[in-house]
Amino acid sequence: MSLISVNNLSVAYGANTVLRNVGLELEPGEIVTIVGPNGSGKTSLLRAIIGATAPASGVVSLKPGLKIGYVPQRLHIDQTLPITVERFMRLTERVKAAVCTDALRAAGVPDLLKRQMSQLSGGQFQRVLLARALINRPDVLLLDEATQGLDQPGSAAFYQQIEEVRNATGCAVLMISHDLHVVMSASDRVICLNGHVCCEGTPAVVASAPEYRALFGAGTGGALALYRHEHDHDHTHHNEAAE
Amino acid sequence: MFDDFMTRATLAGIGVAFAAAPLGCFVVWRRMAYFGDATAHAAILGVALSLTFEMSIFPGVLAVALIMALTVTFLTGRGYAMDTLLGVLAHSALAFGLVAVSFLSGVRIDLMAYLFGDILAVSRTDLVVIWGGAVLVVGLILWRWAALLTSTLNEELAYASGLNPKREQLVLTLALAITVAVAIKVVGVLLIAAMLIIPAAAARGLARTPEAMALIAAAIGALSAFAGLQGAYLFDTPAGPSIVCVAAVLFVGLNLIGWQSRRGA
Repeated sequence: MSLISVNNLSVAYGANTVLRNVGLELEPGEIVTIVGPNGSGKTSLLRAIIGATAPASGVVSLKPGLKIGYVPQRLHIDQTLPITVERFMRLTERVKAAVCTDALRAAGVPDLLKRQMSQLSGGQFQRVLLARALINRPDVLLLDEATQGLDQPGSAAFYQQIEEVRNATGCAVLMISHDLHVVMSASDRVICLNGHVCCEGTPAVVASAPEYRALFGAGTGGALALYRHEHDHDHTHHNEAAE
Repeated sequence: MFDDFMTRATLAGIGVAFAAAPLGCFVVWRRMAYFGDATAHAAILGVALSLTFEMSIFPGVLAVALIMALTVTFLTGRGYAMDTLLGVLAHSALAFGLVAVSFLSGVRIDLMAYLFGDILAVSRTDLVVIWGGAVLVVGLILWRWAALLTSTLNEELAYASGLNPKREQLVLTLALAITVAVAIKVVGVLLIAAMLIIPAAAARGLARTPEAMALIAAAIGALSAFAGLQGAYLFDTPAGPSIVCVAAVLFVGLNLIGWQSRRGA
């Protein structure tokens, strides 16, 4: 059975339907990335999966006993709220300090235990969020634009970390990203979302799909053009290898 | 020992300080200061209702404070900016309450006692109500502590952990209404929000964890109640405002010390 199974999901806010008949399956151990423009319903899909948004129709079913590690998009800690990394790690799980340290090491930030959350850099902060999500040994990691506010090398390093975590623990990963350039190389499967599922498949298949190009191809220029070039190359190369 | 009015007043003040401290921390963390104000101001309407129906103040105030808090919670995110909405509700409730009280003929009531508190007139029964309410509020917050803290930090994180942030919000709303109802006798409707916010804000600089901040806020609140009452006795000043003055002085003092030590470091 899939870990997460979404069938014919529609989500609406008042008269505004943001998701229409979306389907999605997440299998153990795979990394799936959801890409899509702003307002395409990426976050709504994730919110529906964790139960924060009730579906207008359709079904979200989680494997019974599924443990989810959630990494939020932005976690704003009010200046008035003092909290150490250690205390934050134990927010929902009562665990020993050694478990916190292990999770922090797995997330690439082993020495932050006694620091105040407010004193962390953007990259450290996101890694602590990742470490907290890892603390109950989740079957699935859910990440909502977890690299927002990181520069490109920072994001690339973060996604690499995610891949390492998956390889080490075998957990599945479902993540949202707008960082097409960096995220795709780390994904097993990409779902391109724009209110509905436009196209999905391996990164190479999605990058060459006309629907994807219609959404992201025109007018982006710069890094994306470079990316597409690289990816075309990859794609051809992949085909040649297959033949 | 409960025969002495100063003892009763001090115990009442400390009881309110204990209830207000952990709740006040959440009010500060969640930026609900105005929310506390609105709920407290609505209490005067509860006073008017209680007097009209000739019942004790506590249930009337509790009911109106709860209705007010639920109304604000319900209307949040439905088209009005929060500060506008609270501004409208807080001051309308206060105005309607004051007008309603003026309709009460026959009984001459001392409005000042409800606006600024009448802690020196706390009876044994009041003391039981205040401590009962305080224990209830502290118990409620202790019980839901982890869930409240998670919901305060991030709504999605709470959902993903199997919690319901809306339910936790209701817990805070209920705790706030109870606190308002028990604190009205001690500091009055105009200064209840001060007892919530000032000790918590003063504790911020001394704490490294949320739990420490709540405990230090309770200590600061209790100290303010004690010292404020002693000061009021000594200088013949109004008791409720004197308590808040001490809390404010502690806030400034602790901030200056924090600022000095940061600069020195």
